Amino acid sequence: MRRRVMHRFANPARFLRIAKPLTPWLLWLGIALTLGACLWGVFFTPTERLMGDTVKIIFVHVPAAWLGMGGWTGIAIASIVQLVWRHPLAGVSARAIAVPGATFAAICLITGSIWGRPTWGTWWVWDGRLTSMLVLFFLYLGYIALSNASSEKGDTSRVAAVFGIIGAVNIPIINRSVIWWESQHQKASITLGGSSIDQAYLVPLFVSVAGFSLLFGALVLMRMRTALAEMRIEARMRRMADY
Amino acid sequence: MKAFAALVAREVRVAWTGGGLWLPVIFYLAVATLFPFVTGPDKALLARTGGGILWIAALLATLLPIERLILPDRQAGILDQLAMRGWSDELVATAKIIGQIFAFALPLLLATVVGSALIGLPEAQLGTLLLGLALALPALSGLSVTIAALTAGLSGASALGGLLLVPITIPLLIFGAGTLSENPGNAMQLLAATALAITALSPFAAGAALRAGRT
Repeated sequence: MRRRVMHRFANPARFLRIAKPLTPWLLWLGIALTLGACLWGVFFTPTERLMGDTVKIIFVHVPAAWLGMGGWTGIAIASIVQLVWRHPLAGVSARAIAVPGATFAAICLITGSIWGRPTWGTWWVWDGRLTSMLVLFFLYLGYIALSNASSEKGDTSRVAAVFGIIGAVNIPIINRSVIWWESQHQKASITLGGSSIDQAYLVPLFVSVAGFSLLFGALVLMRMRTALAEMRIEARMRRMADY
Repeated sequence: MKAFAALVAREVRVAWTGGGLWLPVIFYLAVATLFPFVTGPDKALLARTGGGILWIAALLATLLPIERLILPDRQAGILDQLAMRGWSDELVATAKIIGQIFAFALPLLLATVVGSALIGLPEAQLGTLLLGLALALPALSGLSVTIAALTAGLSGASALGGLLLVPITIPLLIFGAGTLSENPGNAMQLLAATALAITALSPFAAGAALRAGRT
């Protein structure tokens, strides 16, 4: 049953029939939620007692961190699916995630740095969380370079998939880094057990995370459709060259 | 088992005849001699930073053999021959990693003695440095074989290899440099754990990469 569902979308045409109408929905809903959450967060939340207005960068920083890490998790899962089941769309999706994922990892690092300047008094500290996030960013760059060098147009090489799985080792390290190392970065505020963030911030934060995630999904779908289109052009050119 | 030993011996022999044995060692010492030019021949400063310099030099030297580890064997069809005879890719990778430990890790450890004298490392630190490198170098050998299998035959393979290898080695570098601090015990345990995990997993990663690279 599960296998049937997975292989249903192995047919790119069937995937495209769903992806095409889904893209604008994700995109516009994502833009609306993101803008709404950021405006709500900046103008309609109370000023924090210690950090003042700088705390409001959280509405970009946290979603970016979540998508930077979630992106590589997605690459790793897609890579496993590609290697084990030879699913034709898995490689395409892994490669489509890489650039948006790297961008959000960079946004996370930059906003964190801007946030750190007034609150910690420094742009950068070498603590576990910051360093492992920086490593994630470098891994993204390595993955992008490797998949570009080793893959056919649109497709993703299996070598890149192996690297996608190797790099996943870093994800739990980032997640646990604030616990393993006595560090500058604060411990997790939102856990399965509850949140230490006040409701006034928590609700717009969740809306912002949802908005950025929808945007991310839209970007990935767009890039996947581009890759599939490139593969079709490539195949057609080859057929024409044969005549 | 005998065939496996022959394969390991072949790795060492190829490294020896191809100059792959000496090049990383000389490069390692050359990088170590570059730093005093930058920091100035201040003995106290060199003694304090020397261990870290040798760690970085060792990581950089790991990059050198990458290009000759897999590609020549793949082009000559040796990897396919071994696969035809029923050798699993993981076993071939293991032989290559053990070969690297003999042909790369051991010479580098010996060169560390020379390098630490060049930099004027305090004698008390030499033992810690050697122990730390001895723990990390098998992991570095495993990683270099893995990265070599990933990048074999790609254009710009060496630059790509650097981009892929450096982020993965950061944990080793962090704990390795930590062992040179005042209280090395914790960092040494973490270094041993990380290096052991990487060494143990690398044959599987390198084997998967060998399989994935077979087109």
